[in-house]
Amino acid sequence: MADIVIDRVVKEFGSFRALQEVSLTVNDGEFVALLGPSGCGKTTLLRIIAGLETQTAGRVVIGGQDVSNLAPRKRGLAMVFQNYAVFPHMTVFENVAFGLRMQKASQAEVKRKVERAAALLHIESYLDRYPAKLSGGQRQRVAVARALAVEPAVLLMDEPLSNLDALLRLEMRTELKAVLREAGTTTIYVTHDQTEAMGLADRIAVMYGGKIDQIGAPLEIYATPATRFVGGFIGSPPMNFIKVQCSQGQARIGDAALPCPSTGKDLELGLRGEDAALSANGSGIPFDVRVVEPMGSHLLLTGAIDGQPARIVAPPTAKVSAGERVGLTVDPARVTWIDSTTGRALARV
Amino acid sequence: MPARTSWIPYALIAPSVVFLGALFLVPLVQTVWLSFSAGEGLSLDNYQRMAGDLNFSLAVKNTFLLTLVVVPLQVVLALGMATMVTKLDKGRDLVLWVLTIPLGISDLAAGLAWLALLQNTGYLNSALYALGVIQGPVGWLSQETPVALFFAIVLAELWRATAIVLVILIAGLQLIPKEFAEAAEIFGAKPWTRFTRITLPLLKPSLQSALILRTVLAFEVFAVVYALGGRNFPVLAGEAYVWQNDNQNYGVAAAYAVLIMAISLAATAVYLRVLRTRPEQLS
Repeated sequence: MADIVIDRVVKEFGSFRALQEVSLTVNDGEFVALLGPSGCGKTTLLRIIAGLETQTAGRVVIGGQDVSNLAPRKRGLAMVFQNYAVFPHMTVFENVAFGLRMQKASQAEVKRKVERAAALLHIESYLDRYPAKLSGGQRQRVAVARALAVEPAVLLMDEPLSNLDALLRLEMRTELKAVLREAGTTTIYVTHDQTEAMGLADRIAVMYGGKIDQIGAPLEIYATPATRFVGGFIGSPPMNFIKVQCSQGQARIGDAALPCPSTGKDLELGLRGEDAALSANGSGIPFDVRVVEPMGSHLLLTGAIDGQPARIVAPPTAKVSAGERVGLTVDPARVTWIDSTTGRALARV
Repeated sequence: MPARTSWIPYALIAPSVVFLGALFLVPLVQTVWLSFSAGEGLSLDNYQRMAGDLNFSLAVKNTFLLTLVVVPLQVVLALGMATMVTKLDKGRDLVLWVLTIPLGISDLAAGLAWLALLQNTGYLNSALYALGVIQGPVGWLSQETPVALFFAIVLAELWRATAIVLVILIAGLQLIPKEFAEAAEIFGAKPWTRFTRITLPLLKPSLQSALILRTVLAFEVFAVVYALGGRNFPVLAGEAYVWQNDNQNYGVAAAYAVLIMAISLAATAVYLRVLRTRPEQLS
């Protein structure tokens, strides 16, 4: 078991700066998700931790040892690749055994550890098959079993579920969480899927443009995004951002007023769709409903607040129709105030 | 749908079948027929005459020796070169282009180029003489120096025909996703282990193609040998040529041709069997 310290890591590809002084500490046994859109640098960071890419500057320390210049095989980690990278010319058993064979483990030890990893991932019944005969989900299990068989101090996962269909992804997600909790392995998990990150991780590092915008527990990031990007990226529907005027500590929208931080800067009201409630008498923040989508568990209302696009989540039984203007009440404690110029959240009022 | 599409594949393949039939199958049947006909009716006379010839066993021995030395060396060289070329970031196309130049040169021209280097008054002797290593012209390609002649031919063949193996192997290497090598590296495999446990097995289909092609061509080796050694180093295709043109005996020449074909087919069968990739092991 080991902790991971990423210390001001920079990566440049030619003149392109893919990572700008990224620092991150992952505690022993912790599960951290690197979450962000394509091209944000999350996979590059993971590959630098693995040793498959070399950082331009900065250090990677695993379990107290500076591994910045060590070959991947000397870093004591295991990895699950996006397209599994399960060796096609080896049986499932030999795939899972690969890391142990490289460590020159005895035949008895190989057998014992492969069988344990296989049992954990429920692949015992096809140990003697070749990967080509397996489905995507089964290959995914083989890839995870291969990684866990070596009992790594650190496990790196690069979008491991993204090639699976939606239902299988949900199933594997639940199972991964249970398996990894049991193994107690320090895990870094790269994904662009916020539900995956929210569901699996102890902490999420949201990356954007080669930087980490925010690190925190899933609910913390959800409730108090540090930047406009984080608020918009996490949550479905994404957070609404409404430009407002703040004078004398009050922001007026329609006949509603919210206490706001008077900083003299241009402000945006960050409002989660489910943090607004339909008022009984139509008072409060006016919301012009354009489209109503019944999602089963809730109604998704798309429309505009003060002429600016917004999405609101309403109870499934609410009586709302397209073209209607409804009133919204908002708990001031649950809104985020964003500085329009910097895109950063301001201290709460 | 099935009724409509069923004839289309046959129609599409027909031109090449006609082409192969006219230019390959007919001459093949004719050659086989020719090899078995001497005087009246079918007989093995041509084969007896071939086998009884003074140069026959030498030609068989030389051809096999050359193939057994040249082909493995070419595969090893091409593997090394292909691995290096695929690791290049810049100038890869230029390097590959330079390495494949010999492919554009006919084998006779290649043989003559090496003759110019290695003959008594060639560049090699001139250079050695200038350096004071030798006192006068040394013969490398004569009947008295069979070992030197053999190595000269091996060298010329390596130079001339390694590139075709290289091209096939590079194409094969590019088909192997780099994640396999990365995964192996993460799980503790050193470079040599990665090469033997991951790259080589996954390269097997390409190795098979390259080996079949090169071995068949090696059994047909002629122009380079002829340019460098004449009949000092008899090979099967060379003997076929001599019987056809010098001796004007088409029957025995045809027997040699059929023998070369039989050896090639046998070698191909061996490769197909030994280096086969089971369908479930394909990625």
